[in-house]
Formats: sequence, C-alpha cells, structure tokens
Amino acid sequence: MTASVAIADRPRLAVGASLKRNRRWALVTSYVFLILFAIFFLTPPYYMIVTSLKTDAEVAHMATNPWIIANGITFEQYRLLFQGTDFLIYFKNTVIVTLCVVAITMVVSVLAAFSLSRMRFWGSGILATGIFLTYLVPDTLLFIPLFQIVRGLGLLNSYWSMVLVYPTLTVPFCTWIMIGYFQSIPKELDEAALIDGAGHMQMLLKIFIPVALPGIIAATIFAFTVSWAAFVYPIAFLFSADQQVLTVGTVTSLIKADVYKWGMLMAGALVAAAPPLVVYAFLMDYYIAGLTAGATKG
Amino acid sequence: MAEVALHNVTKRFDEVDAVRGISLNIPDKEFVVLVGPSGCGKSTTLRMIAGLEEVTAGDIVIGGDVVNDVPPKDRDIAMVFQNYALYPHMTVFENMSFGLKLRRIPKPEIRARVEHAAKILDITDLLGRRPKQLSGGQRQRVAMGRAIVRNPKVFLFDEPLSNLDAKLRVQMRTEIKRVHQKVKTTTVYVTHDQVEAMTLADRVVVMNAGRIEQVGRPHDLYHMPKTRFVAGFIGSPAMNLLPGRLEQNGEGLKLRLSEELAFPVPESRVARYRQSAGKDLTFGLRPEHITEPRGEGRDPRSEFTATLDVVEPMGMETMVYFSVNGAEICARVEPSAATGPGEPMRLYANLNHMHLIDPETDLVL
Repeated sequence: MTASVAIADRPRLAVGASLKRNRRWALVTSYVFLILFAIFFLTPPYYMIVTSLKTDAEVAHMATNPWIIANGITFEQYRLLFQGTDFLIYFKNTVIVTLCVVAITMVVSVLAAFSLSRMRFWGSGILATGIFLTYLVPDTLLFIPLFQIVRGLGLLNSYWSMVLVYPTLTVPFCTWIMIGYFQSIPKELDEAALIDGAGHMQMLLKIFIPVALPGIIAATIFAFTVSWAAFVYPIAFLFSADQQVLTVGTVTSLIKADVYKWGMLMAGALVAAAPPLVVYAFLMDYYIAGLTAGATKG
Repeated sequence: MAEVALHNVTKRFDEVDAVRGISLNIPDKEFVVLVGPSGCGKSTTLRMIAGLEEVTAGDIVIGGDVVNDVPPKDRDIAMVFQNYALYPHMTVFENMSFGLKLRRIPKPEIRARVEHAAKILDITDLLGRRPKQLSGGQRQRVAMGRAIVRNPKVFLFDEPLSNLDAKLRVQMRTEIKRVHQKVKTTTVYVTHDQVEAMTLADRVVVMNAGRIEQVGRPHDLYHMPKTRFVAGFIGSPAMNLLPGRLEQNGEGLKLRLSEELAFPVPESRVARYRQSAGKDLTFGLRPEHITEPRGEGRDPRSEFTATLDVVEPMGMETMVYFSVNGAEICARVEPSAATGPGEPMRLYANLNHMHLIDPETDLVL
C-alpha cells in the first residue's frame, strides 16, 4: 500500500512542478509583451504632453532633448490656444455636431435594428445585408456626390451639414452591431412580453433597450468616435473658422504654410482627445461586452 | 376559466406540414399534456393556442370565441417557457407585475396579486432579487408566478422542466401539480418526457408527425394503446415489440416468435384475435410482464429460458436484456432472481397483458 502511494506521488510532483514552470514562463512572456505594447502606444501621448508644456523657443531649439522639459513647465501653449485661436469655437461646434449625430444615429439604428432583427417582413434579410454593404463604401468615395447634395440643400460651409452626412457612416455600422445584439436576446423574451400585453414599441422601450444596453452603449461610443474624429467631410464641406470642427480647425489654424505651431498643435490635440478618453474610460466594459455579443451572434 | 378547442388545425411552414388537421377538446379546469418526440408538432400547437404562430387552416376556440386572429395579449392566456424568459433587468416583483402594469391594474391590487402568487409558490423572500441571482428551480417558480398573477383563462407550459436537473425536475413536477390543484385553471402542457406526461396529466395527447395518435387518461394510454407508436412511446423502458405469427392451436391460438419459442394465447384473448390467425403480426409486451416465473395461476407453457446479454441492477428491481430472433428484449425481474450476463435465466411472459399490432395499419388489434 505504502509503496504504491509513493510510486503514484512521484510523477504527480513532477507534473506539478512542470505546470508551475510553464505558468511562470507564460506570465513572464505576457509581461514582456504587455510592457512593449504599453511603451509603443504611450510614447506618442507622452511626446504630445511634453511638447505642449514647453515654450516655443525650447520646441524650436534643436540641441535640446525633445523627450524631456529642460526649461521648466509652462501652460503658455494652452493659454494661447484658448485665447489666441478659435479653438473653443471648434470645440463647441464639434460638441454640437457630435451630440446631434449620436442622437440621430441611436434613434435610427435602434429602430432599424429592432425591426430588422425581430419584425419578420418581406426582404428584411436582404435589407440588413444591404445596410452593412453601405458601410463598406469609403467616405473618400462618398464625399463627391454628398458634396452635390449638401450644396443643393444650401448647407455648404455649415456645421449642420456634418449632422446630415456623418450618419451615413454611423447608422449602417451601429445598426449592424445592434442587429447582432438584438438577435442574441432570446426570442422567448419578446414572446413573453407579447403575451404579457406589450406592443412592439413597449417591447422595444421596456425590454429590448434595457437588455441590450451594452450593445447600445457600444454603438453610441462608435458613433461618438466617428463623429468626433471625422476629417474628410469637414475639410471638404466647411471653409470658415466659425463653422469648423476640431479635427480640421486645429490643423488649418495652427499650420500656416510650412510653419507648424507644435506646442499649440500638441495642446490642441490633447484637449481634443480628452472627451473620447473620458467616454472610453467610463464605458469600456460595456463597449467590450457589446462588441463581443455582436461579433458572435451577428 | 375556459374551454379550449381545436378544430382541424393545420400549420404549414413553407413546404413542411408541422401540424396536420388536429382536433381536440379541452374542458374547463382540465390539465392536458401534449407529448411526442421532437418535431411532432406539439410545441407548434401550443404556440398556435398562444397566438405566437398563425393558424394555416382550422379554428382555435378559447372560452367559446374563435381566436385565430386575436393577438396573444387579448387571448387571456399565460405561458411558461422552457428557458423561463424572465426579464433579466427586472426584479422578481417587477417580472411578475409587468403584465399587470401594462393592463393598468391599480398598484395595490398588483401588490396583492403578486404577494398572493409568491406565497403559493413560496418565493416571497425572492421578490427583490433579479433572475441571475436565482437558481434554476427558483426561476421556474418565478415564471409560473408571472403566469399565475395574471389569473388567465388558460395556462400554457412549453417544456418548462427541460432545463432542470433530474432531482429538481421531479420536485417542480409535484409543484406544478400542486399549483394546478390550487388554482384549477385549464392547462395545456407540452413535453417530450412521457413520465412527466403520465404523472401530471388528467388526459394525455400523444402526437406524432403532426397528427394526434391517441388522446386518453394516462392509465388508458399505458394499458390500452391504440397504435404501435403509442405502444412504443409510452412507458419506460419501452414496450418490447417483435415480429411473430399467430397460429391456430386446436381450439385456441398460439403466438410463434421463433422456431423454438411459441406461447399459447390466453383464452380471454382468443375471441379477439381469432380472425387474425395465420397472419404475421407485431407482438408487444411490457418489460414488467416478462419476469422470473412467479404467481400461482401462471401458465407454465409461457415459461422459457434465455441467455442474458446485459444485466442492469436498479435497486428495487433488475432489468435484464436478451435477444429473440435478433430483437432485443427487456425484462424486469426481482434482483435476487437475476443471473449474470452470458448466463441462462428462466423467465415467464405474462400474455394476459399482451398486445398484437397489425404491421400494415400499425393499429393495435
């Protein structure tokens, strides 16, 4: 009996030790790659912060180390950006455009996704695929016909034209994400709601939207990001500073011919990046949950 | 409270006939179980009663009104689903009161109804919890509670116990029966589990390939099946079915199963089977009617010896399996009487419980 226990124990110990060693190596490898990944992606923001806290003279001085602040921290670039340029107008315009685009996108996409995923009607499958295909057409191709439409509507050089054209990018993708999410909700849930006495609108508002909240938030973040960071449409449709949005406004007002105001550019880019950063930080968990559900069920 | 009636109800999905012109009357307060294998049309029938599927042809009548074109919410029915279908973002109380709120029932009445149903189901302590904080059995109780609070004309259950483990399934089965005895609402219950059907139902409806095979009390279905399908489907382990030939044996009849094996047909059955003499038929006998030789009045000519293939001790009894002419036969014997696999065992077939099936019509003679 004793001998058999001893024999049985020996190989088990060896296996245990090998597993421990494997796990240690896996952890070490993971950390190495995670650190490299973090360095790679955090270097640009670090460079931007450092540059935005320097004086123009220090930025221009080729002999100083660009990775450190040698002559002391200054917020001069931020003061100049807010007081000496139209940055705050761009910011306000971007906020208005983004809020409107997100609102329009979510209303249209939620209704479209609900009807396409749950209300059986002739051609709903083809329509769902068609919506996704429109997303595949790049905005660099679409902006020429859209230019004609926007001009025809008298919205050229008005940021309201952005409210009109951004949904052509956001609605198809958001609808697609939410079709996937809505399809992952068990069919019995809407049947239970139907039997409980809910109509389609009550079913959407009281069951689908609360249950699909992660998917809806993921779609909202996507619409927000696209709208906040779009570049091609504003550079094509908006000309004057009072109508400009952050992405194009910052570049056109801070780069004059071959003169780059690096300090202010970096400060502007950092301030512009702050709202998406805050949105992502608070809603990241929902974003991942939403994308995962869409990916597996869509 | 209401009667439910189906008149020649048909359901066609594209080219497939899921339900083929079934007719059924369910009196008020009756507990009816639709049972059958997967794809037999039982769930589709239930969903048509609920209004979740349109009827292709025929009429569905609830409480005297044809409801073919009435939406589910106006049929005054409540349904319990296989996967519970509880609203995950609502508490148990909100889940149970959702239907009542939509019907604009006053808040004090909603509270009273929910608390009453919670008391019946013993879930009063769970009213503040969300579905994910509940066990499978608790979720099923909440789903039943959601149906009870509505005080509907008809309860519909769509395989409600399929997602539970074996032990819980037995508990919940008793629970459902207890609730029905208390609230006495007309109930249509769908399951593929014939034990569930037998234990719960006032009447069982056996369905196969979109048609009703037989409707009857559980006892009648078990002892007097009308078709080969019902004979084989009801009962666990299933009835032994094997080919045989009915031969004249003087004044009586003899059932020949193989060259060596033939049993005399009991006198009480001779008149019934006489006109089938000389025909090839299917012989059916339940495992509990093949035992070790026992009973005072047994006919020794129905004893035989078989070499056992498999022996399954179940505690109270032992199932033994052997072959006759290539067909596997199951017998239910006393544990102390069973021999081992590969060994011969003396057995007795009690033909007073035999069934003979015409292989051409599949009807029991």
